[in-house]
Parts: sequence; C-alpha cells; structure tokens
Amino acid sequence: MPDSVITATALTKKYKDFAAVDGISFEVAPGESFGLLGPNGAGKSTTMRMVGAVSTRTSGELSILGMDPNEHGPEIRSQLGVVPQADNLDTDLRVRDNLLVYGRYFGIPRAIVAKRADELLEFAQLADRAKAKVDDLSGGMKRRLTIARALINEPRILLLDEPTTGLDPQARHILWDRLFRLKEQGTTLVVTTHYMDEAEQLCDRLVVVDKGQIMAEGSPSALIREYSSKEVLEVRFGSERNAEAASKLEGLGRLEVLPDRILVYSDNGEGALVEVIKRGLQPITSLVRRSSLEDVFLRLTGRTLIE
Amino acid sequence: MSNLALTSRRWGAWYVAEHRLRGLRSYAGTVAATAIGTPVLYLFAFGVGLATLVTGNVGPGGHSYLQFVAPALLAMAAVAVGTEEFLFGILLGFKWNPTFVGMNSTPLTGRQIIDGVFLFVAIRMLIVTVIYYAIMLAFGAVPSAWGLAMIPTGILTGLAFSPMAAYSATITEDKGQFAILQRVIILPLTLFSGTVFPLTQLPIYLQWIGWLSPLWHGAELGRQFSYGPTEPIWLTGIHVVYLVGIAALGWAFTVRIATKRLDK
Amino acid sequence: MTATTDAPARAPRTSGVRALYSGNARAVMARGLLATRSTNWIVVLTGVFEPIFYLLALGIGLGSYIEGVTDPLGNEIPYAAYIAPALLAVSAMNGAIYDSTWNVFFKMHFGKLYAGMLATKLGPLDVALGEIALALLRGAAYGVTFLLVMQVLGLNLSWTAFLALPALVVIAFGFASLGMGITSYLKTFQQMDWIPFVMLPMFLLSATFYPLTVYPVWIQWFVQALPLWHAVELVRGLTTGALSPVMLLHLLYFAVMIVLGLIFTTRRLRALFLD
Repeated sequence: MPDSVITATALTKKYKDFAAVDGISFEVAPGESFGLLGPNGAGKSTTMRMVGAVSTRTSGELSILGMDPNEHGPEIRSQLGVVPQADNLDTDLRVRDNLLVYGRYFGIPRAIVAKRADELLEFAQLADRAKAKVDDLSGGMKRRLTIARALINEPRILLLDEPTTGLDPQARHILWDRLFRLKEQGTTLVVTTHYMDEAEQLCDRLVVVDKGQIMAEGSPSALIREYSSKEVLEVRFGSERNAEAASKLEGLGRLEVLPDRILVYSDNGEGALVEVIKRGLQPITSLVRRSSLEDVFLRLTGRTLIE
Repeated sequence: MSNLALTSRRWGAWYVAEHRLRGLRSYAGTVAATAIGTPVLYLFAFGVGLATLVTGNVGPGGHSYLQFVAPALLAMAAVAVGTEEFLFGILLGFKWNPTFVGMNSTPLTGRQIIDGVFLFVAIRMLIVTVIYYAIMLAFGAVPSAWGLAMIPTGILTGLAFSPMAAYSATITEDKGQFAILQRVIILPLTLFSGTVFPLTQLPIYLQWIGWLSPLWHGAELGRQFSYGPTEPIWLTGIHVVYLVGIAALGWAFTVRIATKRLDK
Repeated sequence: MTATTDAPARAPRTSGVRALYSGNARAVMARGLLATRSTNWIVVLTGVFEPIFYLLALGIGLGSYIEGVTDPLGNEIPYAAYIAPALLAVSAMNGAIYDSTWNVFFKMHFGKLYAGMLATKLGPLDVALGEIALALLRGAAYGVTFLLVMQVLGLNLSWTAFLALPALVVIAFGFASLGMGITSYLKTFQQMDWIPFVMLPMFLLSATFYPLTVYPVWIQWFVQALPLWHAVELVRGLTTGALSPVMLLHLLYFAVMIVLGLIFTTRRLRALFLD
C-alpha cells in the first residue's frame, strides 16, 4: 500500500534486555481509524511514542507520512496531533490560552492560531469555558481540551492513547461522538485502548497486542467472527464450585474457566443454558450476550484485558 | 462509647504526632543534615567570620560577638522549623496530601489533629534546639550553665509563629501565598529583630518591627539565660508573656479554623 | 549518545527524533510570560523586596556595628557598600536557582509540561533556552530595581555600577542552566530538599558578609572554587569601581558554567523525553 501514512515493519523497542515492543508490523491508510487493543503493559504506549517521533526505535523500519522519524523528528511531529494517556494540559494557563500557546509551539502565526482556537473550542463544546481554569474542568472536559489542543496544527494523523480511560460513561459517549466527527471529516486516527467497546466504536481495523507482539489483525467484526462464537453464555456457580461445575460442561462448546465465572462459547446461548440446567447444574446467575473483542483477547492470550 | 473511642479520645493527639514523625523519616537525611549543618555554618559564619569585623569583637555588655549572636541563631532554627511546618505542614494535611481529612474519619477530632501537629512541631523543635545547643557549647558560645534554658525559650519562640498555621488552615487554593508571606512578613520579622546586631542599632522607624517580632523577644530572652541579665526583669517578663500569648492565640485560632474546615 | 550536543546552533537544524533545536525558544518563553501574568505575578513582584530587606537590615543595622571593610583593591568602604553587591549577586543566584529547580521540578513531574512541549515541533534546546531566558528576564528586572535602590542609598561608588546588570544576567544564566540540568535528576521532594542545603554554605561563606581573608587558606581555596564567590567579586568590583583583570577570570568561570550547563541540561531533557 504505497499511500499508507504509517508503515511499521518489524518495529522493535528494547529497554536493556526487555523488549517493550517486539517486532510488530502494521500499516495505516489515510483516513483510516486504526486501533491497538491490548492490556496495560502490552507495548501500546511505547508504540505510540515511536509513531509520535519522540522515541527512537531499537530496530525495524518505521515510516510516518513518508518520512523516517530517525531523520525527520520535528517535521513529523509538526504534522501530528498527540493526545497522551495522562492529560498534560498547562494548568498555569486558562482554557483558551492552552490552545494559543500550544499552537505557538508549532510556530503558527498568532492570528491563525486565535481563529483555530475559537473553532476548536466550539468543536470541543468548551466555548463557554474559554476563560476557565484548567483545574476547574471536569475529567471529560479536560480530555476534550487535550483533543482540541492536539488539533491546533491541523494534523494529518491524530494519535490517541487511551482516550477515555478514567471517564464516566456519559463523558465517554460525548468524547466518542467528537472523535466520530473527526473520522467523518477524514482525519486519520490511531487509537490505543484496553476497552473493547471503545475499539468497536472507533476503529475500522485493529491489531490485538500482547507482550509487545501482534496477536491478530482485522476489523472488530471480522476478529469476533474468526476468534469467537456468535454468542457467549456466562454462568456463575460461586468461586468454590466453579472448577467442579466446569467438568460437567464438557461438549457444550469452547469453555473459558475464570476465577469468578465460566464462559461458554456457543452460537446459541439460550440453548446452551437449557443444556446446562439439563445436566443438573444450577448457576447462581446466568447471562447470554453477544461476543466482544474481550472474548477475542481471551481466546488469543488466555487472559482477560482488565486484570 | 467503645473502648477504642475512649483510647483515641485520650491519646489522639499523640497518634497524630506519631504519624507526622513517621512521615518525617523519609526526610531523615536532609532533616539531620540541616539540624547539624545549619548551626555549624551559622556559628562559624557569624560568630567566627563576621566577628572579626565587629568593633573589637565585643557584643553589648562586654561579651563576645559569638556569645551575642548564638542565642538568636538558636531561636532562629526553631523558627525555621515553625515556618516550614506551620505553613507547608498544615496545608499539606488539608490539601496536597489530605491526611487530616482521613484522620477525621476516624474517632480523632479536629482539635486533636491540630494538637497533634503542634506536638509534633514542638518535638521537631526540641531535636533541632538540643543539637544547636550542643554545637554552641562546642563553639564556646554559652558562658552560663543557665544557657540550657535556651532550649525551652527557643521552642517557645518557634511556637509563637503559630498564627501562620491558622492562616495556612484557611487556604483552599495555592496561589503562592506562602512565598508572599515569607518575603513580606516573615523575612522582615527575622531580619529586623536584633539577631545579628542589637535592635537599637536600627533607626527608630525600623525598631518597631523588632518589638512585634517573636524572634526578637525570643532572642533577648535566650540571652538573659545565656550570659546573664542585660535588661530589667520586667522586660524579661514581657518577652515570656508576649511569646506565650501569641503561641496560644495562634493555636486557638488554628483549632477553630481547622475544626470548621473539617466539619464541611 | 551522539555528538550533536556541542552545537546550540542558530540554524533550525532538524534531524531525527532527538533533534535539538527548532529555533522556537520564543514560544516557550511566551508561554512562561503568559503563565506568570495569569497566575503568580504578585509572587514575582514581591521577589523585589527580599534583597532590599536584607540590604536595609544588614547595611544599616549591622553596618553601624562593623568597621574596616575594603573593596577588592583594598580601599576602605562603608559596610553597606560592601554587602550590597554581594546581596545583588546572591539574589541573581537565588532567582535563577528557584526558577530552574522548583519551577522545573513541578513542570517535569506534575504538570508533565515538557512532555507536551516535546511532542510538538520543539526540541529540548528550545525548552531549555526558553525557560532560562524567562528566568533571566525576571532576574534582570530584580537587578534593575535593586541597583536603583543602591543608587538612592548612595551605594554605587562608581559609574561602572551599571555594568553590574549585564554581569547579573551572565551570573543568573550560569546558575539557571546548571540548575535545570541538576533538577532533571531529582525525582522526589526529599531530594529537592538538598538544594537549600547546598546553597546555604555558598550564601554564608562566599565573601558575602566579610572578606575571605578571615579564613585559613584551605577554606579560601574551597570558597574560591564556588560560583557564588566569583559572582560576588565580579559585581562588587563593578559597583565599587575597583576594577581589575581578575574580573575577566570571574567572567570566564561563568562562561564555562553556561556552556557546560546548557550541554548538560539539553542532553538530560533529550534523554528523559526523547529516548
């Protein structure tokens, strides 16, 4: 794909002997919304820092907007928008001043920055907060301001590291809505997340990362199709009796025995539940749901995403 | 009332003091280095170095310049502890690392928390002044055995900066108030207080700052014990009353403000 | 580590993730001015009083109690005229150290401000120069005020006193560039607590309050190795008009300190944020 905006080939980052990112390869097409899904410590943030041209790779190839970050760090950074995992807004400055000052870091003329700042405050639904102190904003507002700030240089790629971690459900939905609009406008998004619902909402295509390596790649629905069943039955027997119950569930479908519950992968969840009861088992609770990326991850790594 | 609640009613302030002392342990290195290094440096710089420039190396009343400055420097060390703890220690407990709020959700009362902090501050001052005193002895800066009384008078001087704790307890937003307070109020109170030169050397329009400053009262009080009476006894009485009065006022206001703040 | 650090070059050279300089230190400085204006300008303003209080207390109070101090050439001068330049040098040091230690410490560890800056086009040298320039601006403003007070009190003994201002900027530059580099190693409040402990002996011993000659020779050597002594002697020479070629050595001391400090700080910022 010659027109891809990011191309990583066997990208590796080692800290002494520990490989945080261990030979991953992926491409991101212009306008695409690309996700890195994995648990904490999988190497997502390190990958993002290399793509953000602030971390030198140990080996492999990396091309961002056709440039090698080892040669053209500042040029690349000037065309990226970065939303880091932890907000690093300037708490000494007011909301609008945060945008103005950040724009000046790119050397953008004052008048242009001022105009864009007002537009972005509008976009981030913060126009009425322009003069507020950063510390007085809610978590969701801070996050939207960070995103507005990342857009001040009209970046060709927007990097979002765990964009909604720590936000309440309502704030997350507002944020997703804003990001969806950016996607519609054709902005290329690269998102890391350990929330499957977020990956499903935002990403056209994603890679599942664990221990610095890519475990699988595809669209959310394709991944679910490939690595999971249509439905999942979750049954709980109480932590004491889980293992015993599991032995009686053989043959119902693929099983995952977790400390607090058992997952039964079946295309017909209700039917599986009927069968469970037929076998003389009485779950304390039971739930039939659709498969999610969480199940894909469990299948691929044998671990849950949030531990 | 349960037994536990009774115990904490009786000993609560000590628990708070213990908590703070444990917290101090992670600062043990600098605390110890400062407690030992500061007296050595100051006594050397002023008592030995600057003394060579002082006319005939004689302080007021015929004692050496070193003996003159030493009681003031000791009191100043207690004041330094007081300023740090009363300002930063109090705000720390309310805001930056709000341990007071956590303590208040146990049987401890606001009064006990503040008592505990004051107790801790006094203990810290005790350590600092004892070390100071020992080093002063080594420098030969204390002619009289009564000089030992400089330890309690020094602690009293430091505690007389307690109104700062009351102020600190009112702060909800850190806008650099401490820096302003230290520069505009504490620093003049320290500099114009007859510490490294007799207050009377200052023109009268600056002397009043010294009369207001607990440090001047504390330094003069210490001098009375260290090298014998140099002032009428009623003035010595005034020093004591002034210091005790300010310390008590500051404590009472701090308790009041802190209790209210925790009650929100 | 590569060898690019020796070039704090003007040209916005760009190379790699770890490119040093994008020629936009201005933006960092402008950010600082804006932050000062919207948060702590009163704090900055009150900083003016600190050395003036010292001068009044020690110059007037202590001065009337003291005899026989001389300028660097041995001419007898009033005590106030002796310590005023020292206090000026100390305030330049303190201002620069405060700005480059506590301020930087908070921005580095709590605000994560530098991580944000370095995710843009800016390089570490932009950040270092911008922050230091701001500290120097503030230091120079304090310096002017203090020199005016000295002038009013008749403590500027020579026309060369006005040269103390650029000298102060050089002194502050030296302390700030080194201070920022050292701060980058400090991670906890406990470690930050050591800074005043290192500053105190410098403040008390560097011929600030009395001449070096009262010490035994080995202490004299030690003090002469410290930067503040060079700063005090340089400023004192200028305000008293006791000029001598040794002052060029003091300047050289600070020139070396600035260059080493900048190299050191830039390398550290790069290692920390652009690994």
